[in-house]
Amino acid sequence: MEHTLRQILGINDLRKDDIELILQTAESMKEISQRDIKKVPTLRGKTIVNLFYEPSTRTRTSFELAGKRLNADVINISAASSSIVKGESLIDTGKTLQALNPDIIVIRHQKSGAPHLLAKNVTASVVNAGDGIHEHPTQALLDLFSIREKLERLEGLKVCIVGDISHSRVARSDILCFKKMGMDVSVAGPATLIPTDIEKMGVRVFYDLEKAIENIDVIVCLRIQNERMGSGFFPSVKEYSEFYGINSGRLKKANKRLVVMHPGPINRGIEISPEVADGPFSIILDQVTNGLAVRMAILYILAGK
Amino acid sequence: MKRALIENGFIIDPANNIEDYFNILIENGIIVELFKNKGRVTLEGDLEIIDAKDRIVIPGMVDLHAHLREPGFEYKETIATGTMSAAAGGFTSVACMANTNPVNDSASVSDFIIKKAVQEGYINVYPVGAATKNLEGKLLAPFGELKRAGVVAVSDDGSPIMDSNLMRRALEYAKTFDLLLISHCEDLRLSLSGVMNEGYVSTTLGLRGIPNEAEDIMVARDLLLSRLTGGRLHIAHVSTEGAVNLIREAKSRGLNVTAEVAPHHFSLTHEDVADFNTNAKVKPPLRGKRDVEAIKEGLADGTIDAIATDHAPHASHEKDVEFEDASFGLVGFETALPLSLGLYYSGALTLAQVIKKLTFSPASILNIDKGTLSPGKDADITIVDVNKKNIIDVNRFFSKGKNTPFDGMALKGKAVLTLVRGRRVFSES
Repeated sequence: MEHTLRQILGINDLRKDDIELILQTAESMKEISQRDIKKVPTLRGKTIVNLFYEPSTRTRTSFELAGKRLNADVINISAASSSIVKGESLIDTGKTLQALNPDIIVIRHQKSGAPHLLAKNVTASVVNAGDGIHEHPTQALLDLFSIREKLERLEGLKVCIVGDISHSRVARSDILCFKKMGMDVSVAGPATLIPTDIEKMGVRVFYDLEKAIENIDVIVCLRIQNERMGSGFFPSVKEYSEFYGINSGRLKKANKRLVVMHPGPINRGIEISPEVADGPFSIILDQVTNGLAVRMAILYILAGK
Repeated sequence: MKRALIENGFIIDPANNIEDYFNILIENGIIVELFKNKGRVTLEGDLEIIDAKDRIVIPGMVDLHAHLREPGFEYKETIATGTMSAAAGGFTSVACMANTNPVNDSASVSDFIIKKAVQEGYINVYPVGAATKNLEGKLLAPFGELKRAGVVAVSDDGSPIMDSNLMRRALEYAKTFDLLLISHCEDLRLSLSGVMNEGYVSTTLGLRGIPNEAEDIMVARDLLLSRLTGGRLHIAHVSTEGAVNLIREAKSRGLNVTAEVAPHHFSLTHEDVADFNTNAKVKPPLRGKRDVEAIKEGLADGTIDAIATDHAPHASHEKDVEFEDASFGLVGFETALPLSLGLYYSGALTLAQVIKKLTFSPASILNIDKGTLSPGKDADITIVDVNKKNIIDVNRFFSKGKNTPFDGMALKGKAVLTLVRGRRVFSES
């Protein structure tokens, strides 16, 4: 296993070969989770800290379970129940954790760049589990894994990411990751939710959803966050849903192998209709299953080195 | 009588259009004369000889925009450390902004700063008073009282006056006392929670952006209000192409407005924020290449009158945090001269133009009797080695603030001797 990976702060830390390695490793990891005894001794004696500054169910559970299935010692720290509420700085928290000599620190933080700051101050490998509106690289990797699993290829696929691109770390990581693998990426949403100069990332921008999803292979539907509503980005949930909601009516002309994804948690009836979320195109639950496999692969690659 | 002779130096004194070899005779802290023939000076007595061979000799630099942090934020900087840092950078006069604690919106705070500077400072300190009470943008500060106490301008720097009517009144009222109003132009509703320039870099870093227009709109408003009122307006730290164009146009129509730029705004771009470098977090934010080019053109054609540091020291715990939480600002005294000389080395400005924007122009804007080497003036003089390799090292800074994006950078040019009223306040060892 040849690689130079030490940490994953963003997709640009990964070469195309590294991504291939993670996807391949994730395939074997997925098999482990399908066994009767879902545990291997691979990371016995390794310590993984999940440092979560932001509430998270699926990502935290996914990382925790990933560590446990590989037999690592996993410690979960959430901001609300730690000295962070007493005003400890990120650097001090990092140094304190480092003194316990963990192998990997997985960090989720509400502020962009926090994992980078942590990484500069610890020697453990740092994995970004989502920082502010910057990146969520493991989500992009599991998205990639899920697409390839379903469509059996990546190169040349047409993907559209729909919704609040401005405030989405998933969108940024997906764009970087999909582009790296040779996919054709576009984004769609109201102009207020499309960030400045996003075209320079090599994506096309659509305000018209119908046009954006013509002949599309993959739709990534993003969550509309409650806090964006009523702050001038769009007038109402009703109007958003009318113009950008993914529903079966919009998918009538879709190709048969269309894949619809969502990083969760979903707002049923807002950005995605129940019949699509639960319908034949949806691979939303596969994403969750694959997320575990991809995170096992990442922990294995980083700690097993 | 104390006498000193600066000999063999190349004199650049833009106020008098001098660019030539001269010797300078100083007596009791006053410049007596500039002359060619050394034989005329009697060398007996306690004449101190300062050899300026291969050096340029310029008027002591004047910084019209700095934060000395005292009173109230002595953990960031004091008048003593700030003025020592300024002296090491070649400055002999500095105007300090009012955002201290308490805010400088009264004669008592101005008095404190002036007295403290006399007791502990190394260079001349000119306080800038607040434009509104407690910098709150609600009620005018007592301009008359402040002027009498010695402020050279008023400004709500950093907390811009959003209420256009109050800004109008401030410009009008400032006229009463012939006070300059320095405006930090930022539409706070547009910049909102932005932490860097809005553009490709902010998009990829997932940081909230501040569009150029947050500055442009307020520059336009303030220029129009200055025209309406006749109040003397100075635009602080110009960072955008739009602002340069607006100021150029206003000047061409005869408006009596002046403008400054900070060295980081012509030396760096938003690309330098990459990797979440909080030392490059500043307001206004580092902009794009086009803006940098426009600023250089503005400096060259006189649209931008002066170079000012916006020296803003912070403690490490205010910068070694998540980018969004980091304080805005960077220290500037000890990097301003080499960065400004970069304009000369790149061919953007002549050497005399650079020196003028660091000396006579800011002094004229503040209306203080500084920034020249005319006989009869205070011997505030800086001797510069323009070719000296200057590798920026924060550990050698005199400032308490180590917050600079220029650390480790190899620049050229350094003040080697700084005199204030003939007294050595800094000499390079």
